[in-house]
Amino acid sequence: MATVIVVTSGKGGVGKTTSTAALAAALAANGDRVCAIDFDVGLRNLDLVMGAERRVVFDLVNVVRGEAKIQQALVRDKRLDSLYLLPASQTRDKDALTEDGVASVISELRSNFDWVICDSPAGIERGASLAMRFADKAVVVSNPEVSSVRDCDRIIGLLDSKTEVAERGENMPKHLLITRYDRARAKTGDMLPVEDILDILSIPLIGIVPESKEVLRASNIGAPVTIASEDSAPAKAYQQAAKRLEGAEIPVTIPNEGTGLFNKIFRRRAA
Amino acid sequence: MNPFSFFARKPSTASVAHERLKILLSHERMSDGGDGTLIAQLKEDILIAVGKRINIEADKVRVEMERDNGIAILGIDIELPAKESPLAAGYEPHLKAG
Repeated sequence: MATVIVVTSGKGGVGKTTSTAALAAALAANGDRVCAIDFDVGLRNLDLVMGAERRVVFDLVNVVRGEAKIQQALVRDKRLDSLYLLPASQTRDKDALTEDGVASVISELRSNFDWVICDSPAGIERGASLAMRFADKAVVVSNPEVSSVRDCDRIIGLLDSKTEVAERGENMPKHLLITRYDRARAKTGDMLPVEDILDILSIPLIGIVPESKEVLRASNIGAPVTIASEDSAPAKAYQQAAKRLEGAEIPVTIPNEGTGLFNKIFRRRAA
Repeated sequence: MNPFSFFARKPSTASVAHERLKILLSHERMSDGGDGTLIAQLKEDILIAVGKRINIEADKVRVEMERDNGIAILGIDIELPAKESPLAAGYEPHLKAG
């Protein structure tokens, strides 16, 4: 049975799609069967970031509407045998998804995969709420920047009220992933420190992904950064985050560019 | 042509990105962005044609489209039933039509 994870943030452009691709590839690297689903109906991009854009035939909307079977819509990664993509539709609008349809897609994927990673669209409309609706865990992506943190707070509220887990009266496990962290700006005090973000959002930290040119290079060539540049600092951050999703208890560090040394350990993990 | 490009070892990631976008967008602008309907119809036609000779199940047919600069390749995988296969032993169980 798969663990279903939603990658969400509220705000656009913080790195949800990049993070979905990188985490999915990191989880699939050891042979786990992973399916990444793009919920951004009308503005899909996960296919492009994963380099599968030329092989998309059917999509999530086709499957939800019964026009295609899941197996027909799944696109297998060319580099990792156990990594699959379920693309969003590029032509319909976000209202093409129904709750029952998404429920049955997720439940079928649950029995065929070890991990299902739902890439949420920005905003709080239907696509975003359906992406989180059936999740077992959430990865909340934030940049060290005020508007991004504020939107994450809003999303955390929705995760705690509008998901199936929450409606059952259970606690939705939430993990904070900070992306585009700039060590130099943190040093000069021009960027929100990690401690302050944790203090405000009060959810445990799962990783800090440093700002890096490798992320853009990876999306240029259409490969998750954990495949395109597996020894780079952002790739290491995602690999560590994936290990934590698997349950490993390892302290969160900010991987350095180039060297493999870590300079600061964040022992403090908010409750 | 840039005389220095001869010495370039491989294209920059930015030029790869440019090429990928050109191919993708030329396709998306031309069609409505989805080949789904065409592929579904083709699949029906193929099922009928192949079904005249061999008993095959609808979900044992896989139709794929691969797009490149200016060309689209249609790939068809048909899984033949093991026992009823009319093909002589030694043939691949998958027919790949390009």
